[in-house]
Amino acid sequence: MYSFELERPTRLADAVKLLSDSTESLPLGGGQTLIPTLKQRLASPERLVSLAGIAELKGVKTEGGTLTVGGGTPHATVAAEAGAYPALAALAGNIGDPAVRNRGTIGGSLANNDPSACYPAAALASGATLVTDRREIAADDFFQGMFSTALDEGEIITAVRFPIPEAANYQKFEQPASRFALVGVFVAKYPDGVRVAVTGASEEGVFRWSEAETALSADFRAEAVQGLSVPAEGMIGDLHGSKAYRAHLVGVMTKRAVAAAKG
Amino acid sequence: MTQVSMTVNGKAARGDVEGRTLLSTFLRDQLGLTGTHVGCDTSQCGACVVHVDGKAVKSCTIFALEAEGAEVATIEGQANADGSLNVIQQAFQDHHGLQCGFCTPGMVMSAAALLKENPKPSEAEVRDYLEGNLCRCTGYHNIVKAILAASGQDVGAIAAE
Repeated sequence: MYSFELERPTRLADAVKLLSDSTESLPLGGGQTLIPTLKQRLASPERLVSLAGIAELKGVKTEGGTLTVGGGTPHATVAAEAGAYPALAALAGNIGDPAVRNRGTIGGSLANNDPSACYPAAALASGATLVTDRREIAADDFFQGMFSTALDEGEIITAVRFPIPEAANYQKFEQPASRFALVGVFVAKYPDGVRVAVTGASEEGVFRWSEAETALSADFRAEAVQGLSVPAEGMIGDLHGSKAYRAHLVGVMTKRAVAAAKG
Repeated sequence: MTQVSMTVNGKAARGDVEGRTLLSTFLRDQLGLTGTHVGCDTSQCGACVVHVDGKAVKSCTIFALEAEGAEVATIEGQANADGSLNVIQQAFQDHHGLQCGFCTPGMVMSAAALLKENPKPSEAEVRDYLEGNLCRCTGYHNIVKAILAASGQDVGAIAAE
């Protein structure tokens, strides 16, 4: 790793101030992606601002039909405490491994927008709202392609608001070495329609499969997706799976998610 | 350099570290606690698992300064007060849960975290919990057996292959 300063503010306001001054700084969530990235010298900030000590960024709460997760909440906490949204709790409980889940945070995962990460699928399928230190961003506007988001430099995700669906499920086909999603599909059924978000598959990162959404909104059964397919063009093709294979898996995982969907 | 202080295996520990100093580096190079192994340094193998405030973490993927004020537990603090092996360690010996031993500190620390959360795990739960701990010798069967035995369960039913 290149050398950097590490700051550990305990208040959000102090973190925001540090991230906006003239020193080139990066926010550090749980570090489960950023620290390996630093080790490979793929990033060289002058300063890291750790968000791990900021209590106001942590926690899970349910109010009315909305589950709100603090941006600094580790996956293990979401797995244990997001019982009001079981599909989200299950997703969080299957990210990485137990030690990674004790450190990695929802805000860090969403801000990184890894094309194979799980949380982007949950946020997009739920039509979640991402709350930052300065504004609110709809999930539909947030994800802007592989590793790219609507966040400005130094902007911190302080919370994510998930409308709780009537039924939902996430199915991940794991890449067997990394356990990231080779293809993951999150299906969420709301009174005004079904949303389907796909991670792991596209070169553009997480995306909504609108054709399946239309079909499932009319008929919420796995059979409704039969015969639908996403084009292989634009899918990720690598040694773990070809473009056509991933495109095929999108349909398979969508059907499995619908069949398993529960409230 | 910044001074960091924490409690390691019940004893106060402090030292001067850089921002980039990993907890694993601090434990091994500054405190001399080399039982925490660094296998991959890419957060995949789990040989470096320690507990920070009771939670299993990969000590190669957290900065020492992030453990400021924390209670850290490493393999060196796992034996009983009289120096004998604790229940998990003894079970690893009894069930041949190690061969070269390199992954064993991380395996024992992960097992301890699992049994604290879930005192009677099923075989599937043990295997699932060890997802982030790689062993290249044993094929995992004897590790799983050891952990089930440490939880007081009968291990006769586990496949012997």
